[in-house]
Amino acid sequence: MSENRPKIERKEPLSDRRKFILTMARGVGVTALGGFVWSAFIDEVTASQLLLRPPGAIKEDDFLKTCIKCGLCVEACPFDTLLLAKPGDNKPLGTPYFIPREIPCYMCPDIPCVPVCPTGALDQSSVTTDEKLDINVADMGLAVIDDESCIAFWGIQCDACYRACPLLGEAITVVYEKNERTGKHAFMKPIVHADVCTGCGLCEKACVTEKAAIFVLPREVSMGRAGDYYIKGWDKEDEKRLVNAKEIKTQTRLSEKSAIDSLNDSGDLY
Amino acid sequence: MSLSRREFLKSSAAASAAAAIGMSVPAELEAAANKAEGGWRWDKAACRFCGTGCGIMMATKNGKIVAVKGDPAAPVNRGLNCIKGYFNAKIMYGADRLTQPLLRMDANGKFDKKGKFAPVSWKVAFDVMEEKAKAAFNEKGPEGVAVFASGQYTVMEGYAAQKMMKGGFRSNAIDPNARHCMASAVVGFYQTFGIDEPSGCYDDIELTDTIVSWGSNMAEMHPILWSRVTDRKLSDPERVKVINISTYTHRTSDLADSEIIFSPSTDLAMWNYIAREIVFNHPESIDWDFVNKHMVFAAAHPNIGYGMRKAGEKSIREGKYTDAEMEIIKKEMKTIVSEKEAPALAPYGYKAGDEMIHNKPGLKHWLIEFEEYKKSLAPYTLEYTAKISKGDPDESIESFQAKLQNLANLYIEKGRKVVSFWTMGMNQHTRGTWVNTLAYNVHFLLNKQAKPGDGAFSLTGQPSACGTAREVGTFTHRLPADMMVKNPKHRAIVEKKWQVPAGTINGQMGQHIMRIHRDLEDGHVKFAWINVCNPYQNTASASHWLKAAREMDNFIVCSDGYPGISAKVSDLILPTAMIYEKWGAYGNAERRTQHWRQQVLPVGDSMSDTWQWIEFSKRFTIKDLWMKDVKVKWGKKDMKAISAAAVKAAGYTPETTMFEVLFANDRAKSYKKDMNDPINTGYDDTESNGDSRGVMGSDGKEWAGYGFHIHKYLFEEYAAFTRGHGHDLAPFDVYHKVRGLKWPVVDGKETQWRFNAKYDPYAAKATKETGNSHAFYGGFLKVRPQGNLNGIKKDLKLSYADKPGKHYLKNKAKIFARPYMDPPEMPDAEYPTWLSTGRVLEHWHSGTMTMRVPELYRAVPEALCYMHPKDAEKFDVKQGGLCWVESRRGKVKARVETRGRNRPSRGLVFVPWFDEKVFINKVCLDATCPLSKQTDFKKCAVKIYKA
Repeated sequence: MSENRPKIERKEPLSDRRKFILTMARGVGVTALGGFVWSAFIDEVTASQLLLRPPGAIKEDDFLKTCIKCGLCVEACPFDTLLLAKPGDNKPLGTPYFIPREIPCYMCPDIPCVPVCPTGALDQSSVTTDEKLDINVADMGLAVIDDESCIAFWGIQCDACYRACPLLGEAITVVYEKNERTGKHAFMKPIVHADVCTGCGLCEKACVTEKAAIFVLPREVSMGRAGDYYIKGWDKEDEKRLVNAKEIKTQTRLSEKSAIDSLNDSGDLY
Repeated sequence: MSLSRREFLKSSAAASAAAAIGMSVPAELEAAANKAEGGWRWDKAACRFCGTGCGIMMATKNGKIVAVKGDPAAPVNRGLNCIKGYFNAKIMYGADRLTQPLLRMDANGKFDKKGKFAPVSWKVAFDVMEEKAKAAFNEKGPEGVAVFASGQYTVMEGYAAQKMMKGGFRSNAIDPNARHCMASAVVGFYQTFGIDEPSGCYDDIELTDTIVSWGSNMAEMHPILWSRVTDRKLSDPERVKVINISTYTHRTSDLADSEIIFSPSTDLAMWNYIAREIVFNHPESIDWDFVNKHMVFAAAHPNIGYGMRKAGEKSIREGKYTDAEMEIIKKEMKTIVSEKEAPALAPYGYKAGDEMIHNKPGLKHWLIEFEEYKKSLAPYTLEYTAKISKGDPDESIESFQAKLQNLANLYIEKGRKVVSFWTMGMNQHTRGTWVNTLAYNVHFLLNKQAKPGDGAFSLTGQPSACGTAREVGTFTHRLPADMMVKNPKHRAIVEKKWQVPAGTINGQMGQHIMRIHRDLEDGHVKFAWINVCNPYQNTASASHWLKAAREMDNFIVCSDGYPGISAKVSDLILPTAMIYEKWGAYGNAERRTQHWRQQVLPVGDSMSDTWQWIEFSKRFTIKDLWMKDVKVKWGKKDMKAISAAAVKAAGYTPETTMFEVLFANDRAKSYKKDMNDPINTGYDDTESNGDSRGVMGSDGKEWAGYGFHIHKYLFEEYAAFTRGHGHDLAPFDVYHKVRGLKWPVVDGKETQWRFNAKYDPYAAKATKETGNSHAFYGGFLKVRPQGNLNGIKKDLKLSYADKPGKHYLKNKAKIFARPYMDPPEMPDAEYPTWLSTGRVLEHWHSGTMTMRVPELYRAVPEALCYMHPKDAEKFDVKQGGLCWVESRRGKVKARVETRGRNRPSRGLVFVPWFDEKVFINKVCLDATCPLSKQTDFKKCAVKIYKA
């Protein structure tokens, strides 16, 4: 028994089914290169902005233009995490993506899927620190928690996401809070730290609720953004945002008209 | 009991209100039992899993359990659960649930050890069992018929099994998986207190200032208790200190003010260091008044071996152990004192390089002077202790020393309350009994034991390791309520109560769980029955036992709900009712007994363990089992037949069945099943009444029930042993109205702190004349000779005794001198790394239930090998890749994890054991504490390499 390789949801070597899909998807890619109007496909696909891409993927718009649907990243993934969109998936055909609830990204330190990318759609420099591959800086998405369905917020001692997190204690931490109802227990509520979370989805996979209460979305979708015109006075780090600060010009409905027009149009003021 | 029910409820309500701090249970949340709401019914039960003992409510709809909720009225958890508890509603409904008896058969439908499993009727199953058990009994005597018992038995199941084994088969070859779990705690209790089980209760958490976790990942293994610890920390973060002491970093460190990573086995040294700080450097902190009134000092020989097989045992002679295995096993007989352990053994007359000849261990120990005890502590200076204990090679010795000093200071600080919790780290230890007693030493010297908020507290792993395995006594050496097989008076008490002739119970014992496995390998046990456990997955050196089950001439029966490893290596599988498919009771780690009713009918043709035992008993007459001389003690002694006259005098004939003697006697029949009693109304009772499934029973006829309240009978007969002996249980009916009670329950009141005259009526009574604060009234191992660290000295007169000779230690507890010693296998050039095994929050033990809950399976589908990233580099293995974990006994393949929840230092790897695909017990060593016989799953030596 011990001699058996531990079963995880993956098949190695590639199953026939996978080979077929891969070949087919590659075919589509080649077709696309052969003058097929690829953008037509993209336009009809509305789900694209919710897709999770492999580590190092460049911005979605550019990614779609750069990815040649060769499938090399999919083939390189030792966990069968990456899928290639096939016809009927309602996703940009032939492009790689993953579904963390099924197979998350296991964050291999040597990131085999990225260096094989022939076009830079997966950008090695974005997952490199000090000239070494560094999966911890990958940005595939961001985990968010629905605190209504997260049972840790009910007081259940769960933390399954926290314990599953490869960056445990950094990307997810636990906040302790007294449970006033029982008078003698504590809540242990998971909190995701957006600056560390890579969007690998191990938390989403581990979540024990029927539909995951913690799930990964592309960062663009899951995050808001504070403007660069206000800097936290208590946080030196935050000054970095000033780099982006631009000339400010504002307009509201009240200021739609020029000052002169506004002054001359008194309406029924008097 | 003379107390009226009303008064009883009033008093217990007052007691629990006093115990709870700031709790409030909205009345509408207190789901009334048996109240039908919208087609479902809620009823109270206990969680299936750990020793915490959370109360839950089960919702039943159309005869199936459909949901669970935490019981807001349960004092332990107040409506909360951990994620295993959260899935209680799902554990019984796995797709591969066993539904009918399965027997290995040949093409002609006859039993064949090499055959494939195929369905048979219950009648055929019992026919074959009867034939095989009788053959084994006739060939090998009572020792040839063995039972792998459980700390997950209900109280009634355990009692039925024990009664049939000890009263019917005259066999003590019954021992629970609890042996692997808390036997060291038990022997520690016996040696120290003379009676089993903790003095404190969970209320200590809310009352203490300091929580020290020793070898216990409470955050994952006792999550609800950990959430109480967390709440306590939050309530006063400055005052309350949490220390985590472990051989690797785990979740419990998250909350800790200080984390102490120590080298395996050196907890012995660290406890002695704290005691040395007290005795040598802070003598003013010793409460001499308390110590003089309540304590004696004791010692025993250190050369007791490591609980492995001995030279000359049959399977060793037959060459079943490889040379590599023998390298370690030979240490059972002889070791060379190492430089590491030499200073600790110096007071016992050993120096480095000396040969230590190991002798047969026993519970023997003797009293010594305080000065001798002090001498035993002398080696444990901060320097020596830190040098051998520091577990993280990357930590500086100064940092480690500072942590040790701080730890000692916290214990010693006047007015600071301290609770020490431990679980498997201190119990699964080749010196487990010793290290348990060392914990009490420190608390006793400081008078910080058996007081609200103060005490050393052994947490239990299993839901009824306390309630069943220990209290009922499903161990080879035990009888109900702390009575001992070896004690003729105790045997007589039990024989009388059971109405079996004097001399029926066998006084020869010793088939603890490792012995049963080894006896199967040696061919001495020929019939083994597995109840509510998975001994073929949970035992170290597993390959030997698997082979013995499949290749030796024996017959293995496995009662289970699911096809786990043990079922796979059995010959007959009995489909077994799971927890909420039967009436039952569990007892948790704080002595709380909790009952539940049968919520639903069992799946398929499953029947409960209780029923299986009682049906089995029908197959044996007095003539079969009692009226033959039999060989015992591995054939070295005779046990005499019960005479025909004695049988007759007891009111039986040779043809009377064990069923009639032990289970369907007049006492049993007096427990009428009154369906108008609100406790029974509307609830199934498959054993007493039969049920609508119409299962064909052991006689081939439709099962119609025993016709009396079998569960109440079994419970009340057992409980009668406890009453008046410091273990008092309340009446059966009372438990169906309350959320459990902590025994001893005296005059309707539960007991929070045992041995403390203010809280424990037994202690109050014992101190009436002396006015002492405590009475350690346990009666076991209380008559002791005197001596010094080197042995018994017959003529010595102790300063605290009147005269030489044997001393009766009335109401006293013991402080033991115990040295640090190396475990038998440590990392070396070939096997350079420590391996520790353990559990994860998501899975229960061997995973038979939780690996079938999809959500828990998905959360943690496989056991990982946790290691330090630099070790991964050194062994040339990759994060997420596969590695071999290989010891002298075997190897397994596991995925490497250098991140995540467990973070060992360099030099140690951790692999949990829940995953039958990563069969880590093939790698582990079956060395045990020689006193408690509990296996040390926490340390052996392995090498890691790329797979």
